[in-house]
Amino acid sequence: MSKFQKDKKRAMPALSTASLPDIVFMLLFFFMVSTSMRDEDLKVRVRNPEATEVTKLEKKTLVTYIFVGVPQQSFQARYGTEPRLQLNDQFATVNDIQSYIVQERESMKENDRPLMTVSIKADYDCPMGIITDVKQALREAQALKISYSARKGDYIASSSGM
Amino acid sequence: MAKSKRKVGDVNASSMADIAFLLLCFFMMVSTMNTDTGLGRMLPPPVPKELQDDTPPIRERNVFEVLINSQNQLLVEGAPMQLRDLKDAAKNFIANPLNLETMPEKEAKEFPFIGVIQVTPKATISLQNDRDTQYQTYLAVQNELQRAYNELRDELSIRVFGSPYNDISTEEQDIVRSVYPQRISEAEPRNVGGGK
Repeated sequence: MSKFQKDKKRAMPALSTASLPDIVFMLLFFFMVSTSMRDEDLKVRVRNPEATEVTKLEKKTLVTYIFVGVPQQSFQARYGTEPRLQLNDQFATVNDIQSYIVQERESMKENDRPLMTVSIKADYDCPMGIITDVKQALREAQALKISYSARKGDYIASSSGM
Repeated sequence: MAKSKRKVGDVNASSMADIAFLLLCFFMMVSTMNTDTGLGRMLPPPVPKELQDDTPPIRERNVFEVLINSQNQLLVEGAPMQLRDLKDAAKNFIANPLNLETMPEKEAKEFPFIGVIQVTPKATISLQNDRDTQYQTYLAVQNELQRAYNELRDELSIRVFGSPYNDISTEEQDIVRSVYPQRISEAEPRNVGGGK
């Protein structure tokens, strides 16, 4: 008995929580540093064209991206200098769009599927040929709601020639 | 002097963690990764092969033809045009204020809140580009056409509802939109100006 009594008397020292904020801040900084925005691992060069009548794409989960542009310098040896497509972090051809759209649509919630928007992020200097091909492929895939990604700016004012 | 001797008690730091968590949660909720902006469009549904030649003919006066060649030059209704003049030409075409023979047919139609007005429901803008047209030019043309519609809708909305199109309710927007339905059709691309 006396033994237990003795144990009870030994008070547990209060756990110091003073370092908890530091741990939380460390977590905060870790996530701030490690979250890379998708745009950073672009394999094709996309310089956004300018337009004045742009609207915001509200819901991120509804948007699927297709990147079109010339491969970045480091990929040019393998993929050439012709404009190419990038779907989901890898180079693709127009024929891959249909399966990509189907796959993206499958991963959406049932009632979100009709609202799916495809954002075409193309370099401003792209020829329309490849973009027309992309559009035809999207029509075939029944992804009819599209958005031509552009940043706000006045192209006509900045290029006095046209 | 007695006051200065009074000891300051330890500040309880255990709630610091909660504050940090709260901050963390707040920033996680609020931060939106730079939202994408763009020009929204609807593509026409794919046409089955056997129906391809079956499209109903549209009368020539109802079509506003815009061609862009591989040198990024515009040909509007058979005449070259500068990009900066396109918006006003398109506006003039869609509204047809002078009721010209060459511009789209007008029809009297009744709209809620607005009453009977003359509109041009058949006005269609046909856009055709070359495979070598620069994307920026194509987008600028799309942008100008969109601006023509937006300005017309704004003008109507200010006249009828007293505020710009973006500030009125969705029902009112539907009415304004039905007065100026956006009809931009895109033809299959052709090699208008040489190129490959």
